[in-house]
Amino acid sequence: MKDISMHMMDIARNSVRAGAKVVEISLNFHSIDNSMELSILDDGCGMDQETVSKVTDPFVSSRTKRKVGLGLPFLKMNAEQTGGSISIDSETGKGTLVKAGFLRGHIDCIPLGDIAGTVALLICGTPDVDFIIHITQDEKRFNLNSKEVKEELGDVGVYNPEVVNFLREMVKENMDEMNIK
Amino acid sequence: MAKVKTLADLRKMKDELRSKISLRENSDNPESMVQIKVSMATCGIASGAKEVMNHLINELDSENIPSVVTQTGCMGYCYAEPTIEVIKPGEQPLVFGDVTLKKASEIIEKYIKGGELVDGIIPDSYETIE
Repeated sequence: MKDISMHMMDIARNSVRAGAKVVEISLNFHSIDNSMELSILDDGCGMDQETVSKVTDPFVSSRTKRKVGLGLPFLKMNAEQTGGSISIDSETGKGTLVKAGFLRGHIDCIPLGDIAGTVALLICGTPDVDFIIHITQDEKRFNLNSKEVKEELGDVGVYNPEVVNFLREMVKENMDEMNIK
Repeated sequence: MAKVKTLADLRKMKDELRSKISLRENSDNPESMVQIKVSMATCGIASGAKEVMNHLINELDSENIPSVVTQTGCMGYCYAEPTIEVIKPGEQPLVFGDVTLKKASEIIEKYIKGGELVDGIIPDSYETIE
């Protein structure tokens, strides 16, 4: 994983595969210690405690096609190598919350990547699932709910290329406004 | 500084979008459109599936081909990521592996537009005979 936006896509896709109807993604930037927290909350099928304790082991995966699962182990590695950490809370039948903290001043911190493009592709590429996006920088915040986007669009499909480009621009402009780089 | 975009701008854009869409035949019915699923699990993302997906969306739009590009999970072909599945209306789904941006353009140009098979189909026993 080359950047944080890829992790965001990856973990959000886990939620989608867990049958989530709503996925809430927060990116909280704190200027005081130049840290960032990525948190992804879903209402999918969840995991039992035993699975949660094993899930950051690369040789554990819920799928049967292959024996490795690298998404969460990579996230853990990339967060911990900056001095950050990850936490996973889950309950069977209720959903999962994954949090990853990064200290962005650390030399080993991976770049942020294309957050705006990733948000746009998540919303437009997974029309059946709703995404709630929160991006905050100290007191400033930007919220985007894909349900509202779909309501605005009415009978126009959310997968339209213009919509993808519009959402990307919208998220990017709002992030620029908050001075998030 | 220019005003930051909001959902209100999306509303303004909607009518324009709708008129554009109605120009394309039956585009409200996904069955009659080219459907592409891009494999987006850890393996796909790490190999650049996001760029490929963006590229497909933009290319298909500029070629004016009615299409739906969505994401899907891992198809089990991690060795051949990025992987895409293409379903042309009324045809069997085809899976292409190692889809670079160049390959994606080739698939649109030759397979989607021309109906001609191209290399890269999984299972990979398919190969063009010179």
